[in-house]
Amino acid sequence: MNKMLGIINLDGEQDLFQELTYFRCGASLPYAGKYRLIDFVMSNMVHAGITDIAVFVRKKYRSLMDHLGNGREWDLDRKKGGVFILPPDWNDPTDHSKGDLQHFHNNMDFFHRGRADYVLFADSQQICQIDFRAVLDSHIASGADVTVVYKRMEPAEEHRTCYRLTVDDHGNVLEFTKDEFNPNIFMNMYVLRKDLLLELVRRCIAHGADNFLRDGIIGQLPSLKVKAWAFDGLLQTINSVESYYKHSISLLQPEIHRELFLAGNPIYTKVKDTAPAKYLDEAAVDNSLIANGCVIAGHVENSILFRGVRVEEGATVKNSIIMQRCTLGKGAYLENVILDKDVTVTDHQRLIGSPSRPYAIPKRKTI
Amino acid sequence: MMARKECVVMLLAGGEGRRLKSLTKKMAKPAVYFGGKYRIIDFPLSNCTNSGLETVGVLTQYEPLVLNNYIGIGSPWDLDRQNGGVSVLPPFAELSGASWYVGTANAVYLNFAFIERHDPDHVLILSGDHIYKMDYSRMLDFHKRNNADATIAAIEVPWKEASRFGILATDPDDRIRSFVEKPADPPGNLASMGVYIFKWPVLKEYLTRDHQNPDSSHDFGKNVIPLMLGEGCRMYAYLFKGYWRDVGTVESLWEANMDLLEEEPELDLNDPSWRIYSRNPYQPAHYIAPGAVVRKSLINEGCQIYGEVRHSVVFYGAQVGEGSVVRDSVIMPCAKIGRNVRISRAIIGEGAVIGDGAVIGSEDEGGGIALIEDHAQVDGRVVC
Repeated sequence: MNKMLGIINLDGEQDLFQELTYFRCGASLPYAGKYRLIDFVMSNMVHAGITDIAVFVRKKYRSLMDHLGNGREWDLDRKKGGVFILPPDWNDPTDHSKGDLQHFHNNMDFFHRGRADYVLFADSQQICQIDFRAVLDSHIASGADVTVVYKRMEPAEEHRTCYRLTVDDHGNVLEFTKDEFNPNIFMNMYVLRKDLLLELVRRCIAHGADNFLRDGIIGQLPSLKVKAWAFDGLLQTINSVESYYKHSISLLQPEIHRELFLAGNPIYTKVKDTAPAKYLDEAAVDNSLIANGCVIAGHVENSILFRGVRVEEGATVKNSIIMQRCTLGKGAYLENVILDKDVTVTDHQRLIGSPSRPYAIPKRKTI
Repeated sequence: MMARKECVVMLLAGGEGRRLKSLTKKMAKPAVYFGGKYRIIDFPLSNCTNSGLETVGVLTQYEPLVLNNYIGIGSPWDLDRQNGGVSVLPPFAELSGASWYVGTANAVYLNFAFIERHDPDHVLILSGDHIYKMDYSRMLDFHKRNNADATIAAIEVPWKEASRFGILATDPDDRIRSFVEKPADPPGNLASMGVYIFKWPVLKEYLTRDHQNPDSSHDFGKNVIPLMLGEGCRMYAYLFKGYWRDVGTVESLWEANMDLLEEEPELDLNDPSWRIYSRNPYQPAHYIAPGAVVRKSLINEGCQIYGEVRHSVVFYGAQVGEGSVVRDSVIMPCAKIGRNVRISRAIIGEGAVIGDGAVIGSEDEGGGIALIEDHAQVDGRVVC
């Protein structure tokens, strides 16, 4: 079997999460009641047989390190390979690499040591169930230098900053553009041979480039054979408070929930040993996703409750995302709200956001 | 080389649990599901790890496949250790021939080699049959303080049930005066919980002698404890207060599940300082559909509830279809309940498929508990 090495490049990820990323990077943002955004790409890689994963980080990665740990939950606590969190810091006076090229330059040992012939790049913001093994097979069969993954779909607000692809009838990529009417959304995923990658990196650094994708691949398009691989499953791109909220609420549609969680491979995440959710006598829950450890005495509608949330008697939650260990006091009323972890809403408080602009409350606040 | 351990745990998990009927057809009693997410053995294993006892031998015999697979290397309970950890100990063959475990004392006797690897001062004997949270380190302190040869954990049980247990009588200083196994006419209501701590040299001597006695049935309660007491060993009762249930029958398993549905249950599963650990089945948050009703219930991850669930315990991955009503019942993992089904006072086995319109159990409180076998296919009416 051809081996692949996975790179999850968080450097330069769009971060329009505001309050939600005061204390963490976007990749460790909690999602869907019990996951973090990075769990999806990690699980997709593991299900494709990848056993070496490097995560390029730059800022606010403490919670990510805590979450990934030694990789046990993804079966990545291996003697050979495993998960590596690679910050760009390096004290090398001769180093003149810039931007995300620093990650390559300063972690060259990681690339040389791995036994993989191919390298797969991805970010943490494309939430989907994708078969990376099929991408690699297609890459090898086509003889391309680089194979890039895209989805053809009606572009939404969160795709505004994504590259779009112009693709010919044979699947050749003619152009990367920022044309907002182009429906071929580039998913920030691509695969290429490791030796070609290292050669492109070397050239980028020699020419003072600071962005591998832009300068190493897009800038070299005329001299590279770049093929497009079309993804036809469900894609949720999450890079802002609005897209986070919109896609979270869409998980309440059974067909979307099923495609992401029940029909494909399991999504792995760090285990918390909380008891099953408890519904008390007065509980009224309608169209919601509820994680373990919750204790519900109030009214919950069109909402997602993460692990260990308490909804006390007479409290009402509508169209809201309530993260881990929040407490909603008696008679509290929440609508179109995102509460980050450990928020306490005192009795009879009212918090109301608008559907297009949900009211987000940062971690550990008492309201 | 092994580092010494002060106390080694031997967990008896070979029980067949025949009175649990179809629930133990393909698995030993300690592997039976409980509380929406757990198996019975999660309780003693979590108690061990929470008590700081991390060397545990699990003695298996009857239908061990599910249990072996479940325990694995013990990671869910933090028992995957360089030094100690969990070891599954099935019966084995030796130079003199192969044998099965005959009685609880015999099972431990045949595994002396495991205990001796750790050269302990004390051995804690547990059974994998009970639901409770207990700090064994306190019992060990009590045992050491009394310089006891053996300490037996004891709990006061209702008088009418006393004849099902080994009954202890003690002096005011907690020293055990008498012990009778399952007495027809109980002299007291202080029952043995089947949790014992022995000084290892004393246990070794008595189990060796018991092994040589052809008339013995090689059982701790019937043979070893009475023999030690008769010969004047220092034996103490450690009084346990708290929730403790033997879930040996379909009715008692159902009842113990229902106990969890109280607003403030005696057995708190949400206590962060004493977590009950279990193997994680990788399921997403559960989904409650528009129009569904869930009251006074425990629902685990991966469930999809479209109908009504009242006063019930639902394990991971189960589905309840539109128009169905589940009351006073336990739904085991991944059971699929169709539309317009009525389920009352029942236990639905793992992976069972209940067809649309089926009626299972009855609301009559005098009646028994309807039990649907694992992976059964049910259409129509089933009353207990």
